[in-house]
Parts: sequence; C-alpha cells; structure tokens
Amino acid sequence: MIKQRRAAKYSLGGLIRRGFSKESWPRVWREPEFGSHYDVVIIGGGVHGLATAYYLAANHGITNVAVLEKGYLGSGGSGRNTAIVRSNYLTPEGVAFYDRSLTLYNSMARDLNLNVMFSERGHLTLAHTDSALRTMHWRAEVNKLQGINSSVIDPAEVKRLTPSLDVSENVRYPILGALYHPPGGTIRHDAVVWGYARAADAYGVDLHQKTEVLDVLCTGGDGPEGKGPGGRVVGVRTSRGDISAPLVVNCTAGWASTIASMAGVRLPITTHPLQAAVTEPVKVFLPTVVVSGSLHVYVSQTDRGELVFGASVDPMATYQMGGTLEFTEELASHVLELMPGIGRMRLLRQWAGLCDMTPDYSPVMGPTPVEGFHVDVGWGTYGFKAGPVSGEQMAACVANGRVPELIAPFGLERFSRGDLVGEKGAAAVGH
Amino acid sequence: MLLVPCPVCGPKNAAELTYRGETHSRPDPNQATPEEWRSYLYLRDNPAGWLREGWFCSSGCRTFFTLERNTTTGELREPLLPGNKVAGRPISDGTEP
Repeated sequence: MIKQRRAAKYSLGGLIRRGFSKESWPRVWREPEFGSHYDVVIIGGGVHGLATAYYLAANHGITNVAVLEKGYLGSGGSGRNTAIVRSNYLTPEGVAFYDRSLTLYNSMARDLNLNVMFSERGHLTLAHTDSALRTMHWRAEVNKLQGINSSVIDPAEVKRLTPSLDVSENVRYPILGALYHPPGGTIRHDAVVWGYARAADAYGVDLHQKTEVLDVLCTGGDGPEGKGPGGRVVGVRTSRGDISAPLVVNCTAGWASTIASMAGVRLPITTHPLQAAVTEPVKVFLPTVVVSGSLHVYVSQTDRGELVFGASVDPMATYQMGGTLEFTEELASHVLELMPGIGRMRLLRQWAGLCDMTPDYSPVMGPTPVEGFHVDVGWGTYGFKAGPVSGEQMAACVANGRVPELIAPFGLERFSRGDLVGEKGAAAVGH
Repeated sequence: MLLVPCPVCGPKNAAELTYRGETHSRPDPNQATPEEWRSYLYLRDNPAGWLREGWFCSSGCRTFFTLERNTTTGELREPLLPGNKVAGRPISDGTEP
C-alpha cells in the first residue's frame, strides 16, 4: 500500500497547540506542476471526480492520477446541491447502491480526518394522495427487504416529529402520511469536497484547477480523428497543454455530453437546471428533512438556521444557471401550504445547478465503446448522495478493468439492451 | 423568463407551453436497424450551443412548432425549415424582456 504524504492532522491537540503558538496551518493541498503523462486522467473536480481519485490511490495504489477542473474544486453540482443524503430509493439496485453510500458517509469524518458535519436527523417523504401513499408503502417494503430503516407513518406521527408542518385537512394537498427514513439527513457538501481533495492530494494525486479540457484524444475509432466506437483514448488536450493517458474518466455534471462528444460517444442525457433557494437564518425549528414529491419541494434547516429549499428540475434543457421568478412563486406557494408559519421569512438568494437527466433517472457508469474512456455521468438530481460509493466503484472499475457488481445495472449498454432501471424514487419524479 | 414565440399566439412565457425537447427525424420503423432505432429513442446530442427543439402551445392554440435556441446564451432563432422565407432569422438575443 502507498504511503500517504504527511498532511497536517486535524485534531483537538493541534488546534490548541496552534492557538497558543500562533503557528499557521499549512496549505490543505498542493498546487502541482502540470505533468504531460498520467496513468489516469479524471475530468471534473467535484465529489465524484475527487472520490474516484481518492479511492484509486487508497484502495488500488494508483497515485499517478490527475484531476482536471475547469473552475475551482466543487464549483459545479457539488457546491450547488441541497446536501441531503438518504438511501430509501425504490429499485433494489438503487437501494443497495445508496445504502453503501450512506455507510461511507457515516465513517467519512474518521476516514478523511475532516468534520463533514453529518447530521442523521431523519427524512420524511410526504404523501398527499392515495397513489403516493401506495408508492410509499411499496418503497418501505423494498427498503425493509434490503434491511434499510424505513417505514410509513400517519399524519399524527408526522406532526409529532415535525410540529411546524400543517397536517390539517383544510389545504389543497392534505398530508395523508409519510415515508419515514431515520438514517437520512444532511451533510456539509463543501467539506466532503475538501476532505476528498485533501486526502487524494496526500496520496500524491495532482489536482489541477482552472484547467479546461478542450478535446479528448483518441485513435483507431470509426469517426473523424480516430474518435468514436472501436477506438481507444490516448490523452486529453487542455487549456494548459496536452496530457497523454491510457485511461480517462468523465466525472462531469452538466458538461457530460460535451466531454463525451469529444471522444465520439453519444449519451442518453439532456441537461436541465434545478433551482434551489435559501432563507435568512432563524432559530432551529425544523428537526427533520421534509420532502414532498407532489408539491415538488424539499426543505431542511442548516446548522446556521437557514432553510434550504430545492425543487424539481426545470422542464427545459439549458446550460444557463439563472434563477426564474416562476420558481420562486411556485416554491413559496408550496412551502407555505406545508408550513404556514414561515410566511414572514425572506429568501436570501436562489441559484441553479445543472442536472444531467437520463430517460430512466438512473446514472450511466462504467466503460464506453471507446476503450479507456469511462463515464460516471447522468446523475440527475442525486449525484451528491452517491458521491462516495460511485467514487469507490468507479475506482475499482478503472483499476481492475472489470465492472463491479454494484454498478453493473447502470452501464451505458442497458439502453441498447432495453434493460432500463426506472428509479421513481428520484427527486425529479412527481408521484 | 423565456419568451417563446408561438406562430399563432405570439410571444408567450415558456411556462405556458410544453417543452418537447431535442428534435430528430424519426427513422423508418420498418427499415431501421435496432441500433438506429435505439439511438433515435434514447441518445441525444445535448449541445452546449444551438439546439433545435420542439414546443407545444398546450395552454393556447395547441400548435406544435420547432425553434432553435442557444442553450448557453438563451438566444432564439427561426429554424431552417422549408416554410421559412428567411432561414435562421434571429428572434431574441436572450436578454430579459
């Protein structure tokens, strides 16, 4: 096993010593020299890319790895999501996958020596119609079979867990029950990015920020310049020069189709923005994460006291990340129906992140028809929850040249086999 | 807000229309190979730039029409279709009305 470079260990002792000695903390990661050859090049410096780099080094001893990021680390979806983690999905494939992710999140603070502020506060998915309630029972039974703590509760229990919710029948969509998932919660998404970046850097992985990938270099393929099916990848062209590499992993969100088309690979993806908003901070009153599929909204309260709202994806494909008034209007009306007590709170800001939507709401992971070009894309609305496990599994896939069992259902070839994994537990799906 | 020019109703808020997504010509179901048919069903170009897309005026005149939109700037232009006298005529520069 590769020895880790000595990084400053974060501990109470270190904090006290530096507090008294006025000694400053060292840089968290290096600004490495730009190399011309790497064993693996990972495109995208978010949770997925950094986790893949970390597990390549930690589990497989491959440390001659570069992570290329167009902006700064965590500037895409990793810093724009609403930081909710859960594993109560609907398909057995999805449940097994996200449960592994939750296990990794549970031990992350210890593994990465960084406080990721994981708060296992419980997750409520509200049902407002009979059919939604039926889906909740279905999800609960699928979850129980897989050994996941998940059950359907009645409105009185919802009220007991989250007193600020209006469970009366005098609203347009009364709460008929909820799927309660105690292990779900929130986590600080920036800390997850920094934790993986710091740990990967300690193993010697080169993190290149402000490095845009302009082209993927291929040879032997059917298309122009040797791209396309049947070819193999030989490197990437970046804004800072060419890199030769036998293995390239596309871990981008939003730009997945653009990067894949550079290698001559077409993906079943369309890019939609998902908007979110945050309010001014108030005292803690919301003890759980509340999700409503019918009202297209999810709410949680941060440690600072702000309410974070998310919605479903906008219907129109675009790469623009501006906010719209339609979103704010709809969000306000839906949230006030759930929690009439917060009518006087003001929104601080709203933003959007790019979601790569696939036809079956499941990701696309593993090898492509271009040898050496792997994808970890199409994460739609739940890429953040899956960060650790997809990093671990993609690292295994790249290192061993074999698709691990856990991600085998999510291969690109499922679309030509007609073997789709319909994940109706995704946030983008109304029930 | 995106103002979408319906050929019958005039400019309308995009929220009042139904988005039908990237348009491709459908291969002949009797002639197409399974591969061609599956790429028609699932694979998308999803360009960061000009995109030809379908819209449906679902809350108005119920016309189906095609537009070209730049997915990074929000600009709109008429598609290069047989009926258009001026091909690719710009409709909007993407700024807020």
